[in-house]
Amino acid sequence: MNKTNMAVTIRIDEAFCKRCGFCIEFCNANVYEADKDGLPLVKDPEKCTNCRLCELRCPDFAVSVEVVDNE
Amino acid sequence: MAVNLGYKEYFKSDALPLMWCAGCGNGIILRAITEALSDLHIPPHQVVISTGIGCWGKADDYMKTHAFHGSHGRALAFGTGIKLGNPDLHVIALMGDGDALAIGGNHFIHAARRNIDITAIISNNFNYGMTGGQYSPTTPLSSSTTTSPAGVAEPGFDVCALSETCGANYVARTTAYHVTQLKRFITAALLKQGFSMVEVINTCPTHFGRRNIPGDTVSMMKYLKDITVSKAGYEKLDEADKEKYLVTGELVNRERPDYLSVYREMNPGGPETDRGEGH
Ligand SMILES: Cc1ncc(C[n+]2csc(CCOP(=O)(O)OP(=O)(O)O)c2C)c(N)n1
Repeated sequence: MNKTNMAVTIRIDEAFCKRCGFCIEFCNANVYEADKDGLPLVKDPEKCTNCRLCELRCPDFAVSVEVVDNE
Repeated sequence: MAVNLGYKEYFKSDALPLMWCAGCGNGIILRAITEALSDLHIPPHQVVISTGIGCWGKADDYMKTHAFHGSHGRALAFGTGIKLGNPDLHVIALMGDGDALAIGGNHFIHAARRNIDITAIISNNFNYGMTGGQYSPTTPLSSSTTTSPAGVAEPGFDVCALSETCGANYVARTTAYHVTQLKRFITAALLKQGFSMVEVINTCPTHFGRRNIPGDTVSMMKYLKDITVSKAGYEKLDEADKEKYLVTGELVNRERPDYLSVYREMNPGGPETDRGEGH
């Protein structure tokens, strides 16, 4: 994160995710990794830049990026 | 004070999971529409989603706005009636390429010519998704489909050029990959008075992708990136290369008077006085 006093929480809703792989493939910061079934795992949340493209590019409304203010 | 729910004010989260295939971009377009409506603070009860038939035509199922799910190809015809009946409403017509340009082709050209204040959002996945991947008026020349296994022998429409020629006030093309641009163009289209059309080049991994693009859902999405180029990039291409790409960007943005403004000027007494000669 570019702002040190902020952190993000990324949630993947497994019930709605169809394993298309878009969030994993197109994340510029390599935050995600696929498990053996193709489900996205949030591997490196600290690398997240909060661009939220994964949220917008998820066809199944299954990704949510929440900013947590640690101040 | 009401809480700002963002896209959730427009989207039926309790209807998840979406009915579309894995890797279908329809949900991405739907998200962009709901985000744009939220940014513009248009109350859900002032929005009508008008749809026809097809995979994209199911989108209204997921909206908390008003919805009119009509018959195949007629989203703009019903939408026109809705707009004329209550001009305060924002009418958004969601159509697939087959819906808008094959069976609904005539409604499309005349809605644009009339310049009725409707926002048309076309999901162009290059085929009839819902009925099994038959070729449509936008299937690119030589692509394989279930009804053209050896390749389709006719070129597809340039949907944006068609819209421009017919008279639309706002015409833009983007893809399901270019999500920020998608939201921006939908926002501009919603604000535009007159007919606006956003063509969204979309994925169909199940049909078009399976037959034409080796790989998986991610390959299909990368294909959208590969076949498109920005307006600036397009200008720099050699003439021979130009036909290999689809241009993305705002292609028309003009202020031709929309149908209702012209009608009102001619009928200052309102629709009541417009009963033909002799009243
Ligand atoms: C009058 C009529 N003719 C034909 C059909 C069959 N039909 C259903 S959906 C469809 C085409 C859908 O393709 P498109 O509009 O491109 O949308 P997509 O499913 O790809 O989103 C057709 C021909 C119908 N439902 N009604």
